[in-house]
This record gives sequence, structure tokens and C-alpha cells, in this order.
Amino acid sequence: MEQVVQQIIGGLATGAIYACIALSIVMIYQAIDHLNFAQGEMAMFSTYIAWQLMQWGMPYWGAFFITIAISFVLGYVIERAVFKPVHNAPVLSHIVIFIALFAIINSMAGFIWEFTIKPFPTPFGTKSVLGEGLLSAHGAGMIAVTGIMLGFLYLFFRYTRVGLAMRAASANPDSARLVGIRVGFMNALGWGMAAAIGAVAGIMIAPVVFLEPNMMVTILLYGFAGAVVGGLTSPGGAVFGGFAVGVIENLASFVPHFGAEMKLSIALALIILVLTLKPNGLFGRKIVNRV
Amino acid sequence: MSTPLLSAKNLRAFYGPTQILYDLNFDMQKGGITTLLGANGAGKTTTLRALSGMVKTGGEIRFDGKLISSKDTADIVRLGVAHVPEGRGTFVRQTVEENLQLGGITQPAGQIASDIDLVFTYFPRLKERFRQQAGTLSGGEQQMLAIGRALMLRPKVMLLDEPSFGLAPLIVQEMFSILRRLNEKEKVSMFLVEQNASLALELADHAYLLETGRVVMSGPAKELSQDENIRRAYLGY
Repeated sequence: MEQVVQQIIGGLATGAIYACIALSIVMIYQAIDHLNFAQGEMAMFSTYIAWQLMQWGMPYWGAFFITIAISFVLGYVIERAVFKPVHNAPVLSHIVIFIALFAIINSMAGFIWEFTIKPFPTPFGTKSVLGEGLLSAHGAGMIAVTGIMLGFLYLFFRYTRVGLAMRAASANPDSARLVGIRVGFMNALGWGMAAAIGAVAGIMIAPVVFLEPNMMVTILLYGFAGAVVGGLTSPGGAVFGGFAVGVIENLASFVPHFGAEMKLSIALALIILVLTLKPNGLFGRKIVNRV
Repeated sequence: MSTPLLSAKNLRAFYGPTQILYDLNFDMQKGGITTLLGANGAGKTTTLRALSGMVKTGGEIRFDGKLISSKDTADIVRLGVAHVPEGRGTFVRQTVEENLQLGGITQPAGQIASDIDLVFTYFPRLKERFRQQAGTLSGGEQQMLAIGRALMLRPKVMLLDEPSFGLAPLIVQEMFSILRRLNEKEKVSMFLVEQNASLALELADHAYLLETGRVVMSGPAKELSQDENIRRAYLGY
């Protein structure tokens, strides 16, 4: 029993990261209606920026916040420079661009920082905080940082005018234009925020998976699973889905002969299961297009 | 005559390669109510969409002396053009309160609360529904919300697309008397597209008749409502 609790809490820690990635996927999905395959690579690149800043002698939290700011700007610029011009292009063009971005960012990181695995510091330490090996200090820190960030995001979207404008722009772009909202600008803001959220996720998970250009590939897959489970139209659902995937994945290692090796299949099986039974996700809503 | 508030010169509009409007010319005076009549598919909605920059156009549109034909929708709106679209354009998942706040999103934050109170004086029903999701409102209430939202912009002109659509006759009467009061008290000029020609001609001071994308007749609303052909084709008596 104690082991189950341990696995659940451990699952919440990694689930926090999946939740961040799922949330950033959903935010971009809301803006442009497509899944951003390059989301993980953007987060990885941000993590390298943080690492570089620390190499140059910056303290951890200074590097943390500056990286978030830089990532926001980069996300904003990617939308304006790359996606705005192809706004009305067919889906395939978008997918090709996503794959190109994936490859470009991946090899750029390798080119600048080399493909060797680097350790990444944690500000929380590695001691156990809850019982023997139940939850590491870093795991607890991940949950706390994610929780604080999600809280701020909630307040932002619920109580600020820009947050309201962003929600309106994604829910109903035509009507949003008719009240004077610059929808393209809101989309770019959404990209910036998604990139910033991804940066937090990358920096938090880097001490666990180590820093290297492919560090986010499997995590992105779990993030997709979380987003699909929760529903691509529901930011809250995506967060829930991310945590759920983290917990389920950890509990799966209990199943005999299944173990840790098959963990990744769990994420994929979840995607298929949810898409079959509830195509809009647990919290997603059906999109009805009026003709 | 003073310069018109809103005018179109040789206005053309296209959906892809298909031309919908052919060299429309019209003006509307400040403070007036102009109506655009016509059958289904004549191009009434497209004209409104052209005015607020939502379709590809040719020709010239001027508002308040400024050329607006190549501007983005959001920028046209910010000049004081409030478009109440066909189907009302409600943000259905947002509350009534949020819909009204969105209507005034380009306005200084300090005036929002008092402007919402002003909307309530015209549409007291919205006050009762304040915290409700807009999608749960009845058709009439949603139309009130759409006009209330437009009012939050403190517009110089409202572009109204079929405000009577799908509403019970009594509600339509109420709606049109509110529109008249808005025009008189809040000095909102109106450009009204309407299938219900008799109602529209009663409210408006000036009218244009559109047939297959062309203006075929125009004049003071009173004159048009006396016209034999209009009476037979659009008023039904």
C-alpha cells in the first residue's frame, strides 16, 4: 500500500511536467487549431538557454526568470515570422513547418551546445522530503512551481482584460475582431506564453532526465497524451490529463511483466483509448461548425 | 450638405473569385438611420461585412472622412464602428458580464462599469442574467446582449444585421423602439439591414434597395414605402 502511495506521489511530480507541456500544446492548439510538434524542442532550447546563463555565472532563479522572458519573446517571434504568413495555408503546410521547426531547433541546440549529456542543477536539493524515498525535494519543488504557475495563469485568464481578450479571440475569432480585438496579436501572445510555460517545464524536468537535445521527445509524447485525455479545447482538462498520465504511467510499473520498459506504451494506449471512446477528451467540447 | 459619416464609392466585394457587390454607391448622414433592403442573397450582409473589412473589397469606403477600405476589422471597430453580425456573434461560453466587458475591451477600463449600467437602462433583462453563460439566453435576450455589447464600444455608428431575425413579433417591436431611443438619446447613427421591410422603413430616414449586388433604388424612407413596386415586392400589400 505504501508503495502505491509512493508511486502516486512520484507520478504527480512527473505529471506536473506533463501538465505544463499539455497546457502549452493546448494554448497553441487554441490559437491555430493544430498540434505543435515542435513544442518539446522549444522547451528543450529554453532549458539550454537557462543552462548557458548559469554557466555564465548567473544565479539559478535569475536564469530561471530571464529564460522565461526570452522564451516568451522567441515564441512570439516564431508566430509572427513563421505562422502569420501561412495563416490560411492548408493543414499539411502547417505540419511540414512544425516538423521543420522540430528539426531546426533540435540540430541548432546540438550545434551550439553539442549532443553530450549535461547535468542540470536543481535549487531544491535531492533529499527525500516525505518518508524514505517517497518524494524527493526536487519532485516536491516541481509540483510547487507548476502549481504556482498554473495559479497565476488562472488568475490571468480569469481576471485580466488581456486574458479575457485572449479567451475571446480563441473561442470566437470573428466576433473578437468585431469588438476590436487584434486576433493575430493575441495568437502571438498565446505562442509566447506557451513557450514560456514550456521553458518552466524544461527547466524543472532537466535535473531528472538530464540536458541533451532529445530530452523532450518522450516527454512531449506524454504531454500529447495528457492534452488528448483532457481534451484539446480545455486548458484545465489538459492540466488534469497531464497529472493523470503521470500517475497512471507510474502505477503501471506495478503490473507484473509490464514494468518500466512498457511505460511509454501506456501513454500511446491512453491516446488511442480516449480518442476511441471520447474523441473530444474528458473535458473537451465538441466543435460544431456552422455551415 | 455636410460630409457624410459613412460613404461607399463604387464598392465591390468578392468571396474568392465570385463577385457579390457591383459598384455600390451610398452615403449616410451623421445621426441618421439608413436601411438597406433586399431579398435573400441580394448582398445585404456582404455589404455590412465589406464596411467592417471582413471581405475582400474594391472601391472606396470612407468613415468620418477617413478612408477605411483597406484597414483591418479591429482597426475599423476602434474608430467607432460597431457591427452586430448576423447570428449575433455572442461569445456563448462567456457570461453576460464578460460579453459586455468584451464589447468595451478597447475602451478605458474606468468607464466599463458605468457603461454597463447604461446598457442596463435599455436592457434591464440583461441585469437579471448578468452572471449567466450567454449561450443559455433566449434568442431575444441574445439579441439584446449583442446590441448592448455594441453599445459598450460607444460607437459612432452601429451596423445592424437583421436584428429582428428569429424573434417573436412582440420582442421585435420592443427591439425596434429601443433602437430608436438609442439613436435619439445616445446619438448612435445606424446602418440597418433588414428583411422586414415595413419595420425597417418605419425606423429609417433613408433607404437603399439592393438587387443581386446592385443598388436599384434609393431615397427617403417615406418615399420608398409609398413606391408601388417596393410595396408589392417587399411590403406585401
